[in-house]
Amino acid sequence: MANRSEQRTALLFIAPAVALVGLFRMFPLVWGFLLSFTSGDGQGGSVWVGLDNYRQLTTDSAFHDSLINTLILLATLPVWIMLPLLLAILIHQGVPGGKLFRAVYFFPAVLSAVIIGSIFNVVLRYDGSLNAALKSVGIEAVDWLGSGTTAMGSLIVVELWATFGMSVLIFLAGLSTVSSELVEAAQLDGAKPFQIWWHVILPAMRPILEFVAVVTTIGVLTSMFGLIYVLTAGGPGTSTTLPEFLIWMEQGKMNRPSYASAISMVLFVVMAGLAYVQIRIMSRNANT
Amino acid sequence: MKSLVLSLALATTALPAFATDLTIWDWKSGDPAAAPYFQKAKEVFEAAHPGDTITYVMQPNDQYYTLLGTALASDGGPDLFLLNGGAQARARFENAVNLSDKLGDVKANLAGTAEFSDANGLYAVPLTIQGFVVYYNKKLYADAGLDPNAAPKTWEDLSKVCAAFLAKGTVPCIALGNKEGFGMEFWFSSIAASLWTPQDQADFAAGKLAWTSPQVVAVLQAWVDANKAGWFPKGANSTAKFMDEYEGFMRGETANTIGLISDVAHWKQFDDMLGAENVGVFLLPAPGGTAAKLPAAGGIGYAVNKKSPNIDLAVEFSKVLASPEVLQVFFHDAGAVTANTKMDTSAVTSPDAKVIFGWLASGTVPMAHANASAAQLEELHRQSQSLLNGDTTVAEAAAAMDKVGK
Repeated sequence: MANRSEQRTALLFIAPAVALVGLFRMFPLVWGFLLSFTSGDGQGGSVWVGLDNYRQLTTDSAFHDSLINTLILLATLPVWIMLPLLLAILIHQGVPGGKLFRAVYFFPAVLSAVIIGSIFNVVLRYDGSLNAALKSVGIEAVDWLGSGTTAMGSLIVVELWATFGMSVLIFLAGLSTVSSELVEAAQLDGAKPFQIWWHVILPAMRPILEFVAVVTTIGVLTSMFGLIYVLTAGGPGTSTTLPEFLIWMEQGKMNRPSYASAISMVLFVVMAGLAYVQIRIMSRNANT
Repeated sequence: MKSLVLSLALATTALPAFATDLTIWDWKSGDPAAAPYFQKAKEVFEAAHPGDTITYVMQPNDQYYTLLGTALASDGGPDLFLLNGGAQARARFENAVNLSDKLGDVKANLAGTAEFSDANGLYAVPLTIQGFVVYYNKKLYADAGLDPNAAPKTWEDLSKVCAAFLAKGTVPCIALGNKEGFGMEFWFSSIAASLWTPQDQADFAAGKLAWTSPQVVAVLQAWVDANKAGWFPKGANSTAKFMDEYEGFMRGETANTIGLISDVAHWKQFDDMLGAENVGVFLLPAPGGTAAKLPAAGGIGYAVNKKSPNIDLAVEFSKVLASPEVLQVFFHDAGAVTANTKMDTSAVTSPDAKVIFGWLASGTVPMAHANASAAQLEELHRQSQSLLNGDTTVAEAAAAMDKVGK
């Protein structure tokens, strides 16, 4: 009887959470999944079209370009991890003004994407301050946001500027947990500073590095919309169009929620794959 | 007790039997220039329908169709909603009441209905007529050694004008903001207006004129040629048409700009900023085209939500919105060229406005881009940017356009 009572109590406690997850997560997911097999707007007039939307994705050049752009973004991940790590190391080693740098690095993390986008729009536009500075030293102006060769790179740099402060803080927290006894033992054994970093501190930081890698990977795939919207509108052409921006275009501007749902499902599968990797990495670390 | 019951009965009968609040969605009612028009419509309607009220909900312009689409998809949304004529309107016909037999005498006085209609009828009440014309800065023309009162009439004239500005080297010839691809929309309809035959326009609207046809390719080629000739400023793909391009024009940083005849970026706004004596207007000519023509169509209009519980009342309000008495305020305060042909425009003083009304009276041609689908327009935006950057050719761009369904 006691067990049954405990079970009821447990169910009572988890019921609100299950209800909320079901209502606001699972129901929209299932509804979107079903919508992706229809042609229509999700109202009564929708017609079941099977895999037609997914077949269309195989020939949609904008969708293909958005996936290529995603791969380009992922290829820059080492920079997203190594740069904040390097800065965290410098602060941890007590460079002059370390506390000030820590605050300055973190400051952009509290700004919204729209504000950051507006700031960099002034900086990066063709007649903006960056080109004015370049021209003052005799360098020709570049259309940073309007050229297919520089627009994606510009977006990545801005997003990196906006978010790396958080990674710096996480790395600093990780560095503070490294055992000072281990470092002192290595010093007594005659290890040089680089060897101490490479063989002692970085291995101890591995769980933090992996955590930052996974969180950053997911973050860059899901948090670029605001910047794209303000800075480039996905262009020029499709050079800065990512899947999440394409979903918005199809739903909002072209009134094709069914097709947008199909793209969402593909993005969901990619994100679920990354989440699976994250869980595996965390589990592995927990067992070592 | 009797007196209490009597008082209550009298109080109840004094109230309207079915007081209704109509909710109206738009992206303009908070605009200072347009607000008096919306207020006037509200006052006229509420005076004629005691107890019934109007509530305007102004949504952010750049998210309007996303929010509207979501609201309509959930079987909700406002009683009336504002639409742009053409592709955006057509995409919402299935959510709108067919107004063909509901507008009474008002319908006969409305122009610009084609952009809000299909074979089954009229789905929105047009408020304004929209069109593309080229505004130019007369002072800059004079500075470049040009006659400020001799606006270009042919492509050759325009070439000479732009050559003069290139030689002067102070300001670009034709302002261009193409960050969202809107620059191409204006260019496309303006060149097509002066280049295409009525049959070409009809075929394009029906989806029978391929993007790879010589007529359409000529429009795209003119875009590339103008860019190669240096007519457009650098950085067009990172410049927003609304309003970076026009703010630059109003600051005297560009000589010409393809603007509108209603709403914004139009004669009233430019007259106010630059002085009416400093602003000229002409129709964009096309290479090898005949006399330049005015591309014009229904601009914005109100649709009645098919799921509204107050359809009859919403239709009544749409008639108020389109009445000459109320539209007069829109014309006077915001410079809107309205869709009601019964409206008196004789008091207009702007020289440019007089010229535009003359063109409207002598006949217009369709705005070709308004007859493309939303998907085609998005692809056109992308291709136009790639064309400016030299990342694609006209032939490749046209072929890519043909792959997009109507």
